[in-house]
Amino acid sequence: MDWGGIFENTLRAAIAKDAIVFALAAIGLNVHFGYTGLLNFGQAGFVALGAYGTAITVDYYGQSLWLGVLATIASAVVFALLLGVPTLRLRTDYLAIVTIAASEGLRLLLRSVTLGDFTGGSTGLSGFAGDFYSINPLPGGRYGFGPFRYSSDTWWMLTVGWTLVLLATLLVWALMRSPWGRVLKSIREDENAARSLGKNVYYYKMQSLVLGGVIGALGGFVNAVATRSVQPDNYGTAITFFAYTALILGGTARIWGPVVGAMLFWVVISFTEGVLREAIGNEVIPSSFMSTTQVGQVRFMLVGLGLALLMIFRPQGIFGDRRELALDAR
Amino acid sequence: MPAEGSGPLADVAPEPGVAKPDPILVVDGVTRRFGGLSAVDVDHLEVQRGLITALIGPNGAGKTTFFNVVTGFDGANSGRWTFDGRSVGGMAAHKVARLGMVRTFQLTKALAKLSVIENMKLGAVGQRGEGFLSALVPTLWRVQEREIEARADSLLERFSLGHMRGEYAGSLSGGQRKLLEMARALMAEPALVMLDEPMAGVNPALTQSLLEHVKALRDEEHRTVVFVEHDMDVVYDISDWVVVMANGRIIAEGTPTAIGANKDVIDAYLGTHHDAPLSEAEEERVLAEIEAVIAKESASD
Repeated sequence: MDWGGIFENTLRAAIAKDAIVFALAAIGLNVHFGYTGLLNFGQAGFVALGAYGTAITVDYYGQSLWLGVLATIASAVVFALLLGVPTLRLRTDYLAIVTIAASEGLRLLLRSVTLGDFTGGSTGLSGFAGDFYSINPLPGGRYGFGPFRYSSDTWWMLTVGWTLVLLATLLVWALMRSPWGRVLKSIREDENAARSLGKNVYYYKMQSLVLGGVIGALGGFVNAVATRSVQPDNYGTAITFFAYTALILGGTARIWGPVVGAMLFWVVISFTEGVLREAIGNEVIPSSFMSTTQVGQVRFMLVGLGLALLMIFRPQGIFGDRRELALDAR
Repeated sequence: MPAEGSGPLADVAPEPGVAKPDPILVVDGVTRRFGGLSAVDVDHLEVQRGLITALIGPNGAGKTTFFNVVTGFDGANSGRWTFDGRSVGGMAAHKVARLGMVRTFQLTKALAKLSVIENMKLGAVGQRGEGFLSALVPTLWRVQEREIEARADSLLERFSLGHMRGEYAGSLSGGQRKLLEMARALMAEPALVMLDEPMAGVNPALTQSLLEHVKALRDEEHRTVVFVEHDMDVVYDISDWVVVMANGRIIAEGTPTAIGANKDVIDAYLGTHHDAPLSEAEEERVLAEIEAVIAKESASD
């Protein structure tokens, strides 16, 4: 078995596009769920809007990339307001129902024939990433170190992506150590207590929903420019659940939890896949038992098993504090 | 307990809805119904400024609902009420709190995963760092934050919670949580403190210390206190005025001594339905109503 190749792929997965996209989606969820206690199950919708905001602005309207980024942020803000206005006065589980329905509704809308002119229907859009790579200041060619050898354009995408991750992390850190963050955490613990102390709970929840949504949308932007295309079916509910997995893996309400969680999530996925493929290729696992085409599904089963074990033996995630879980049980 | 015949309420007649010389809270015609059940139906009530008023009554009398309505946590079906001369009827709970009417809860709401000191600091109102943008510029709020922390620390010392300052609030005992909740409410500098069963679930050793704290609110800080309590010894010990509720209505008010001799009150507590706060006919009527609604809904499905 080619263990060197497996480990190289695994290391690459730690900093690859998917790790960036899910880190941003999970940082947004951390603001919603980790700090404010908002059960947002529609993060995929924010990510989709992030991708399509840029794609439609540049591809359909022929505007600049910068306007595309603005559209990405603006559409996430509008989506958050649309979700929040009717539901944030209600109990948290209503938000969960509304957000999951809205994100699926949004995906179906994006792939509908009626909006095909704007969105490209189920095939999506692809002619928008040129501007992003034309401003690439890095030298051309293919270079790197160790297992990390990429083309200039990939380096540019990774640089922008990880910069966004760092900026989002820094923003969340700055906010959560402030009195503003304290109000958010108090809402998570007990919103009536926050209300009884003069805090406008509805207003803070809305700010939280918008902030986390915009950060998630930036993940969509990265996904769009990295793949140079957007397709509606890439933004199904799986994005939301993977982002939650990454968040819980890293530890909720921890600054680095979502980032490390997302990296680790893709490392485990890549490692499992690599090992399975090699094992089948080398007849360690007989092809009568499992074929390479089944690896894609089986790796998720194994990852699911691993996560179940993690929840049993380290339920607080990597950065979490077990004492906090004990408090919930009281 | 102040001696009879002295104090600002000495000349006030012990009858429901009586006017007080200097009321901080005036409630007029407030009703709150749940279906057919009238949980609160208060014609008129005035709460005297700077004193401790006890709100007593059997279970289900509507005391907590009354608290919820007055502090904006629940909507009233009708009625007006003013706090410190300002109409606060229908005002959102957080605005009421900012005006200086701060309540605590029957089931203590310690913010479990925040430390004790963070719980306290949350209570301060008018924090500059609570705005989204100003939060990003610590120079705007750092000085104020230090002042708030100093005030929080001195309150924690007063409430004997100083040694717990860094612990999670969720790790406090039931009694300590009551203390924390009271101390946290004081961080908001309220003129009127509404305590919903502050002694419930507190062990007897702590009860005395809690009582001293409540008295200190009146005697040292000149705040007004309204509190719900079941223990009549506590009520006699610390309150200047007692308001009695039963079936949503105010059936009596007066000084503790006057209330102790009041026949209506004794009936409400020990009378025919002392363990059935709603009359059974009433309860059956409400149940029948609910069943009718359910039947109607399932028929239309």
